[in-house]
Amino acid sequence: MATMADFRYDKATWCPGCGDFSVLAALQQVCVKIGLEPEDVCCVSGIGCSGKISQHFGSYGFHSLHGRSLPTAQGIKMANQDLTVIAAGGDGDGYGIGVGHFIHACRRNVDITYIVMDNHIYGLTTGQSSPTSKKGFKTKTSPKGVAEEPIKPLELAIVSGASFVAQAFSGDLKQLQRLIEEGIRHKGFSLINVFSPCVTFNRVNTYEWFKENIVNFDEQEGYDPTNKAQALAKIAETESVCTGILYREDRPAFHEVVLGATEQGTVKVPLEIPNDEMQSLIDQFRR
Amino acid sequence: MKYEVTYMTNEFTWKVGGAQGEGIDSTGEILATVLTRMGYYIFAYRHFMSLVKGGHTNYKIRASTTDPVYYHGDDLDMLVAFDQTTISENEDELIEGGIILHDAKFQAQTNRQGLQVCSVPLLDMAKELGNPIIKNMVAAGASAYVLDIDPSNFYEQIEQQFAKKGQELIDLNKTAFNKGYDYIKENYPDVRKPAPQATRPGSGYLLMNGNEAIGLGAVLNGCRILAAYPITPATEILYWVLANLPKYGGKVLQAEDEIAACIMAIGANYAGVRSMTSTSGPGLSLMMEALGMSGISETPLVIVDVMRGGPSTGLPTKTEQSDVNEALYGSHGETPRIVITPTSIPDCFYQIGRAFNLAEEFQVPVIVCTDLLIGMNKMSFQDLDLSTVDITRKNLVSQEQLDALEKGAFKRYSLDTESGISVRSIPGQKNGRYCALTNEHEETGLEIEDVPMRNAQMEKRFRKLNAMEQHINDWGYEYKGSETPDVLIVGMGSTQAQICEAIKQMDGQSVGHLQYRCLMPFPKDTQKYFQAAKKIYVVDNNFTGQLTGLISRELGFHDKLTPLLKYDGNPFTIREILAAVKG
Repeated sequence: MATMADFRYDKATWCPGCGDFSVLAALQQVCVKIGLEPEDVCCVSGIGCSGKISQHFGSYGFHSLHGRSLPTAQGIKMANQDLTVIAAGGDGDGYGIGVGHFIHACRRNVDITYIVMDNHIYGLTTGQSSPTSKKGFKTKTSPKGVAEEPIKPLELAIVSGASFVAQAFSGDLKQLQRLIEEGIRHKGFSLINVFSPCVTFNRVNTYEWFKENIVNFDEQEGYDPTNKAQALAKIAETESVCTGILYREDRPAFHEVVLGATEQGTVKVPLEIPNDEMQSLIDQFRR
Repeated sequence: MKYEVTYMTNEFTWKVGGAQGEGIDSTGEILATVLTRMGYYIFAYRHFMSLVKGGHTNYKIRASTTDPVYYHGDDLDMLVAFDQTTISENEDELIEGGIILHDAKFQAQTNRQGLQVCSVPLLDMAKELGNPIIKNMVAAGASAYVLDIDPSNFYEQIEQQFAKKGQELIDLNKTAFNKGYDYIKENYPDVRKPAPQATRPGSGYLLMNGNEAIGLGAVLNGCRILAAYPITPATEILYWVLANLPKYGGKVLQAEDEIAACIMAIGANYAGVRSMTSTSGPGLSLMMEALGMSGISETPLVIVDVMRGGPSTGLPTKTEQSDVNEALYGSHGETPRIVITPTSIPDCFYQIGRAFNLAEEFQVPVIVCTDLLIGMNKMSFQDLDLSTVDITRKNLVSQEQLDALEKGAFKRYSLDTESGISVRSIPGQKNGRYCALTNEHEETGLEIEDVPMRNAQMEKRFRKLNAMEQHINDWGYEYKGSETPDVLIVGMGSTQAQICEAIKQMDGQSVGHLQYRCLMPFPKDTQKYFQAAKKIYVVDNNFTGQLTGLISRELGFHDKLTPLLKYDGNPFTIREILAAVKG
């Protein structure tokens, strides 16, 4: 059985107090709890502060390109469906440069868990507005306040066909762990958007701010995460400042329905084709 | 000045043209298949436009009884025209006394003297049979009479082609064929250009285009994931692999764009599956960041780029060799890579197989640049050599090796390597953990910025070039002719066919032909041919002379190189090469 130590690698370099520490810790704890071995997990990240998670998580990893964690993760999962594949990154990475891939990953329902550390700001490039920055939020690139409407990742995921959509908060480690665990156990594409405050560049959306404003749907009686219309309405009511499992449905994962679906991972399929079959492939062209 | 191209008596050329959507391709395909069956070597060339209905499209076949045909020829013996545009656009290609067979629905006009023009009510006869589209078969029948091809060859093809659709359709097609055949026989009995007799009936030649050869070669050489986005002229690769890979447990992903396609292929390669992406110029541009990702993370990657006319959307249905610079130098920063330009349709099969082995051996991106000429056009040939199929997976660390290490001691980017290659683990292997990194990194995959490690990792990656350079000498180019030629003609990729044919016409001259198949690493030992030659012509199917530039950067000889440039979307003709070389 793997321990927490097996899922640690070197020391993370985030600012003291950064919400991303909680995400890394939660992910490590969940992997130990559900009995995964480090070699059976692959953590793929994009670029940004949060992207460094793959270097410090003790499983196999790919610290890929800005916005490209999802295509990388999908390629890995298609190659080996037996791996537990985690994609991770920030709001700029996932909802800015990578938003096209995000929508398609949702509709494809590839069985990966996508954790977005959403701090409403670009941290590593020292404080520009992000796709989830609230309207009017002042940053280096929006000195008079952000003019655009923010991306609404939860609604976007739901209408794009994600089969598991949750939102957590770095300040509530217990719920964060539970949601990551549910996400990993879920068969299909799961989004876990995590409010992960940037203590250096975002003085508005702080731990305190989230604590005061978050509505936790997991604790609300009568909230039915399988009811898509209700989910969309409730998320909108809170202006997306809510946590919990917001939507889930059972749907076959992509590797189960893709043409040529195999019981085992593609990586285990033999590469050599017997000579007579090679010949018959060529004979298709014989006239 | 018009240079004569002499064709052998053992061959003939035929073309059918009309508006897109009129069934031009299927008319051409019927004859191509029949001729291949009869034992002709053929090359079938499609001229088409980026639209679904209308415009002008044509299909040309050049057939030989003796030798494989790698190019569709400069000249034309017989033209079947469904409309006047076909005549206007193609009459210049006809030989003296050439034949035009046109639909009687229009009054044919030609600027050429001395042609034999036959008016045949193709559409009307088809309508009489109750199916206008069957004019294709009427045209095939009419062509068969002119070429003196025994109708039984067509009957056989019709029976096979429509076997699943029932006897009624078979009979209808045969009747249509006979109508065309008999019409010419009665009305133009003397308009004949008998095809030289094929000597190898029933030899079962393969009829294939380069895209199919790439797909076939990839699947046989262990490719198990293809991620791609539809694009002319590369989409057929996707089709063939989609139809054939799933039964071997492979997967085909239609990605949302070429960025995703290429990066999915990298992800799959990282996870241990031989994977590739296929595209054309606009897609290759989107893959530039992924090239660097493969390079610095040392993850194998195979990209097939079927080049078309650029820039930007450019000429989507025309050919060019203008992505070469991008393949060689595209993407920011510096990483070693391999760029291969297959020289013919069968060569596409052989080079894609090689690409997979090279990508894994050197842990670098390999770009295979074909072009529309060999990608979408078909030729018939005897066979493919299956003994070249060789799946050699090099530089993977074994589980025993990992078990022998202390826990966590595996160094994926180990500097302790003379060749620059460090062994790779695959997710799932115990004690093989690493993080593949697009940042500069130390040996286990943690990002760094310190000077000695940065330098050491850059130097490690580029040390691979030494071994790569050794490797390519065997196959990176072909040379034919005098070792000390007066005239050296140099090309890359698909221009091989026209250059060969041009040289055949240069009897009595001391000529050498150098054809590059690998552009990076550059086969430097070709320098000796440049040194010896008095005059050097570089056949470059682009505007800026991309091969010429590469040669001068790698070898020098700036003052000796004369580029032959062409950028109108069409492949070089033999005549164009002769005109330039003969000056």
